[in-house]
Amino acid sequence: MTQTPVPAETGKAGGIRWGTVLLWASLLTLLALLGWALIRTNATRPEAGQPAPDFDIEFFDGYTWQDMPAANLSDMRGNVVVLNFWAAWCVECRLEAELIENAWRQYQNDDVIFLGVAYADVEPNSIAYMKEFGISYPNGPDLGTDISDSYEITGVPETFFIGKDGVIGHVQIGPLNETMLNGVIQRLLQEGG
Amino acid sequence: MLLTTAVALPALAQDNNVTDDEVNEIARDVYCPVCESTPLDVCQTQACADWRELIRTKLAEGQSKQEIFDYFGRQYGDGVLANPPRRGISLVMLWILPVVVILLGALLFSVAMRRLSAVPASAEGTAVFTDAPAVQTKQNTPLAADDYLTRIEDELGKKDE
Repeated sequence: MTQTPVPAETGKAGGIRWGTVLLWASLLTLLALLGWALIRTNATRPEAGQPAPDFDIEFFDGYTWQDMPAANLSDMRGNVVVLNFWAAWCVECRLEAELIENAWRQYQNDDVIFLGVAYADVEPNSIAYMKEFGISYPNGPDLGTDISDSYEITGVPETFFIGKDGVIGHVQIGPLNETMLNGVIQRLLQEGG
Repeated sequence: MLLTTAVALPALAQDNNVTDDEVNEIARDVYCPVCESTPLDVCQTQACADWRELIRTKLAEGQSKQEIFDYFGRQYGDGVLANPPRRGISLVMLWILPVVVILLGALLFSVAMRRLSAVPASAEGTAVFTDAPAVQTKQNTPLAADDYLTRIEDELGKKDE
């Protein structure tokens, strides 16, 4: 007597297994979303040697750059840019406020632009702070914290020195001092870019 | 990191008609910009004190709760809001991702259940012979399964001895 085994499972030969396709598609979507979230979470601060992230800034009332109430970092290419993040509630920021204003007055005709960004600050307090220290270089609020997010700052004050070529030349965490400030500006001016 | 907040700055004009409770009702749904994941109503930093005063001022101006949340989202980013609007990364992380995870879990569960329920049929298919007489098994049990049970019973019997 011959006995023919019956196949355990009759597969759908040649047919598309939509369930499997959906499963893999969902899995890949999930992995992509998790990867994107991970990249965003683990984004690190741009360091010296890396291109400075571009951004738009609207200045506080009464502040301008080249008579414009708003500017874009890329418009400043060809100048050394000293990008300073500060807040009125920050004690250390007060230690460097006068120094930065003096440096701006010293370098403003030497292709050096000072740019202040008020981080997570209340506008009347920012204005009072700038008035207190006689700050005259362009300053603006960090609307939506877009600028500080792209520079991944971890606090204030933080200062990014950007060369004429748009590449970050130095990052200062914490208050500036005169020797360092002048040293970095001079170096970036000499490097040209 | 140099975040210090111990200085008293010129505060916004305080409006005595707005109570602390009214301020805190909004402040508890806003996060401190300095201390991670700390609601504004319990945070002791100067930055949070400034923000609470800002809420007080806006309430005194007659702004609604939603208008104040919108202002904070616009000014300081949606990340400071406990209930961010459904857009950008918030939309993905808080709405799309959980739905995808739940759908994927349901799909995996259903596939797993189908495979589990398919196991006996599979065993039967591999073992049953089309012309095998019914008397070969006691209760029409497939041969292989029957054989397997017999072996288990034998093993158990040996243990009992």
